[in-house]
Amino acid sequence: MSTGNMNLTLKVWRQKNTKDKGKMVDYKVADISPDMSFLEMFDVLNEDLITKGDDPIVFDHDCREGICGMCSMFINGRPHGPKDAVTTCQLHMRSFKDGDTIVVEPWRAKAFPVIKDLTVDRSAFDRVIAAGGFISVNTGNAQDANNLPIPKAQADAAFEAAACIGCGACVATCKNASAMLFVSAKISQLALLPQGQPERYKRVQNMVAQMDAEGFGNCTNTGACEAECPKGISLENIARMNRDYYSAKFISEEEG
Amino acid sequence: MGSIANAFSSSIGKKLIMGLTGLFLISFLLVHCFLNCFVFFDKTGVLFNEGAHFMATNWIIRAMEVVLMLGLLLHIIQGARLTFENQAARPVKYAYNDGNANSKWYSRSMGLLGTLLLMFLVVHLSDFWIVSRFTGIEHFNGNTPVDAAGHEDLYAVMFAKFSEPWRVIVYVLAMFSLAYHLLHGFASTFQTMGWNHKKYTPIIKSLGVAFSIIIPLLFALMPIAIYFGWGL
Repeated sequence: MSTGNMNLTLKVWRQKNTKDKGKMVDYKVADISPDMSFLEMFDVLNEDLITKGDDPIVFDHDCREGICGMCSMFINGRPHGPKDAVTTCQLHMRSFKDGDTIVVEPWRAKAFPVIKDLTVDRSAFDRVIAAGGFISVNTGNAQDANNLPIPKAQADAAFEAAACIGCGACVATCKNASAMLFVSAKISQLALLPQGQPERYKRVQNMVAQMDAEGFGNCTNTGACEAECPKGISLENIARMNRDYYSAKFISEEEG
Repeated sequence: MGSIANAFSSSIGKKLIMGLTGLFLISFLLVHCFLNCFVFFDKTGVLFNEGAHFMATNWIIRAMEVVLMLGLLLHIIQGARLTFENQAARPVKYAYNDGNANSKWYSRSMGLLGTLLLMFLVVHLSDFWIVSRFTGIEHFNGNTPVDAAGHEDLYAVMFAKFSEPWRVIVYVLAMFSLAYHLLHGFASTFQTMGWNHKKYTPIIKSLGVAFSIIIPLLFALMPIAIYFGWGL
């Protein structure tokens, strides 16, 4: 942990577009405050590049509060960098030392093609959600609170699954680029609640089929996803998804 | 959708096949290891040969041998297929990937460990299984291919084989591969089957660690004990 301002060397992936081969480029950043976030450090670098007339580095970001799931940098070999349970925007420069060399790459997966530099196309996740990650109800007036009694433990588990922000760190870190943690969280948040029951078995079949169609790898239970998830989504969700999938395919007669 | 064939071709189904065949192979290891331990309880080898004779002649065992080979084949083919698919899911690799920060090396190396085990199996099956089932053991112990009880003397074949140091080393190294393969595979099977439970999963994990250490250790002890003549 540093207290004074830092000088750092960055090795950043630069890629003009999806078709470009891309390469690592070295940059020096000077006088970086330890209180800056990692993205603010990139802002400083980009200001510098713009002043010099260079092309600024493109990276995804939105809320910068750790809740939107937009930021997506693979920092020193880990998604969202060296700290547990934080997103890149919530990673601060005090986690690094003066003189450090930091390697920054985009998420790497066939299903997440690079758009430019550090920005990847994660619409594969949107298509998985569109395949069944919702409940079909005619919206009317809002129901009274506690109209549907749900046990506390059940509500908590559903809420924990719903904490997934869809950033894709699980895919990025998985040696197989598997999306099972994401998909299982999106299935679980509905499978645990009464509102999710009518379409429960149809949902799991359709979302898994879409996940496979997108070209994500197969889960081999290394547990890397759970360890790197900024929201602490648990492997229990994958087991639950597997159970629901077997029920749907082998036991219940519901068609997908 | 909905058909069983379709289920097994999905990512979850393919993993289920890996898990179920793996569990079946684990059950085989238990039987194999139990019979091996006969070596430690009878210096004449009659007990061991009797066990081997039972395994070679009982029709239920012979039928299961075919199922075992099919299970092994399925495990290998499916494993290779999954490995290639998973590699294809990340066409551009990371320049710097700190895998050890979030997972164990052996859980990321199941393909490699499995390949080493397959190479070992080629040696192991041609050493004993092919000898006892197909080519015959006559040329291994000269004029007495049978033991005191009149059974085929596989015990003597073993002594002949494990007098060669290279073979002992290969067998012991292979058991390290087996230990690490099981260290991931045992508990992983239950997760794949959807059995993840606050109370039982830690028990399964401990059981997996114990199994992964004890079984390969007992297997490795046999060639070592024979080579060094420890009470055998």
